Amino acid sequence: MTNEQMTSSETESTDDQPAPTPGTDGLVDSADAGAETATDRTLLEARDLDVYYGEEQALDSVDIEIPEKQVTAVIGPSGCGKSTFLRCINRMNDLVDAAHVEGELLFDGKNVYDDDVDPVALRRKIGMVFQSPNPFPKSIRDNVAYGLKVQGKDENVDEKVRTALERAALLEEVDGQLDSSGLDLSGGQQQRLCIARAIAPDPDVILMDEPASALDPVATSKIEDLIEDLAEEYTVVIVTHNMQQAARISDKTAVFLTGGELVEFDDTEKIFENPEHDRVEDYITGKFG
Amino acid sequence: MAADTRDEPADSGFGQISRTKDVSFRLLALAATLVGIVSLAALLLNVAVDAVGWLDWQFLTNPPHPDPYQAGFLPALVGSVAIMLVIALITFPLGVGAAIYLEEYADDGYLTRFIQLNIANLAGVPSVVYGLLGLGLFVGLFSIGYGTVLAAAFTIALLILPIVIISAQEAIRSVPDSQRQASYGMGATKWQTIRNVVLPRAMPGIMTGTILALGRAIGETAPLIMIAAPTTVFGLPNGPFSKVSAMPLQIYNWASYPQTEFQYGVVAAGVVTLLVVLLTINSIAIVIRNRYQQRT
Repeated sequence: MTNEQMTSSETESTDDQPAPTPGTDGLVDSADAGAETATDRTLLEARDLDVYYGEEQALDSVDIEIPEKQVTAVIGPSGCGKSTFLRCINRMNDLVDAAHVEGELLFDGKNVYDDDVDPVALRRKIGMVFQSPNPFPKSIRDNVAYGLKVQGKDENVDEKVRTALERAALLEEVDGQLDSSGLDLSGGQQQRLCIARAIAPDPDVILMDEPASALDPVATSKIEDLIEDLAEEYTVVIVTHNMQQAARISDKTAVFLTGGELVEFDDTEKIFENPEHDRVEDYITGKFG
Repeated sequence: MAADTRDEPADSGFGQISRTKDVSFRLLALAATLVGIVSLAALLLNVAVDAVGWLDWQFLTNPPHPDPYQAGFLPALVGSVAIMLVIALITFPLGVGAAIYLEEYADDGYLTRFIQLNIANLAGVPSVVYGLLGLGLFVGLFSIGYGTVLAAAFTIALLILPIVIISAQEAIRSVPDSQRQASYGMGATKWQTIRNVVLPRAMPGIMTGTILALGRAIGETAPLIMIAAPTTVFGLPNGPFSKVSAMPLQIYNWASYPQTEFQYGVVAAGVVTLLVVLLTINSIAIVIRNRYQQRT
């Protein structure tokens, strides 16, 4: 029994990080990493992640390594578990009574499902933008300052609010009316307000759950430009059902297909030009989904 | 909307469809509406006419008196207001607290459903039963004293508490879940989310429900009789433990007097005063709701 466990855990570790053979190999590895980009470090990593809603399995042993300060798109047909995966990362699934998670989800090397992790503290490092804009019925200023307020970051609030609005490409449009209600903005502006709200407390990761699906094409393209800019400072994980959008803005793409299975994860170019799996190619070329 | 039912056009070749049922159902529904409205209007008119000449400044500022021409309503009026204030102070925190617990904290288990079902049932328990409870609990067990402001307020507070809880729950439930998600997603705790997002948005509904429940409380008579509140008090209440009467109780008492001046004039003046206070309370509720709704 003990022997079996030992072996299985050994195989696991060799699967995850290919052969840590001593000597020259290790050096070559790190040199490779350095050559690619300066920030190709893995920030989020799922290991054999299963999620169940009651009896129903929503994610099926997902393994993925999401790099820091890049845009990772998660695509797939409806009900494939892409939103579920996103909500695992900041433990928003905890709010669903029936949800149950197995496996590991590492954020900066720490399993966020460990007993000693406070989900509230975790969410302060991982911001989230939702499918339809959900600003609070408060002023623009109070909306953006909300995270700062609840997280007790009370210093230079006005300055941080302006910075966040500027990064969210909204400051020009709302300058001088920060005290008017966030609900008076257009849908696209509201979504950028929500992005400003998410980045104001300066999190490490921003999760976006189909942030442009409720918006018109002009507003969508503004959000897309914004997402590419955000990746200079933040790790962005974006769920979308719009494949062109994934192709336009992401560095990496993960394709989930039915049954909560991560079928392929690679550089976006590779996924869209020459995917390994026929099912992925069928999905991308619109043969199903 | 009425255009469909009338003005049957000349035969255009499409044929005609009978509207008899349409029209008769419309008239039936109208009649059903009028029964309520007309009888209420008749009652109000009747009482208002009777009150003419009796409802004057002297009536509002005098204590009760055996002579109908000198009888006044002031102790009952002040007593009712005092009881209402204490009831508001009790029911608002208790009702909102219970509603927050049931909506935001409690698991959706058997216990919660049992509590929920019982609150709904309690809202339908006759007020005289609450009067008995008040008599046994507050007057008997806690010795607050027969017919005092506190005993009356506690008893009626218990009576309207289920209504306050249910309306506060509805207000809290009507806050969109996306707002809670936005707050949790920002790393807010449950309390921060309730305090900053849920309660501000639910507050107009909670206030309206509470004030409307107070409107019901002000007309309650039976529980006051059960806790032995005096029907007639000559002085104003001067503390939580002073004996108190209330408007409906005083009216009930006057109605049993043999003189017709009491049975018609004085009672009518009391009823009009009670209704004016009630309508004032309800309009405050409407004003609060409108003001908060605009300020989103």
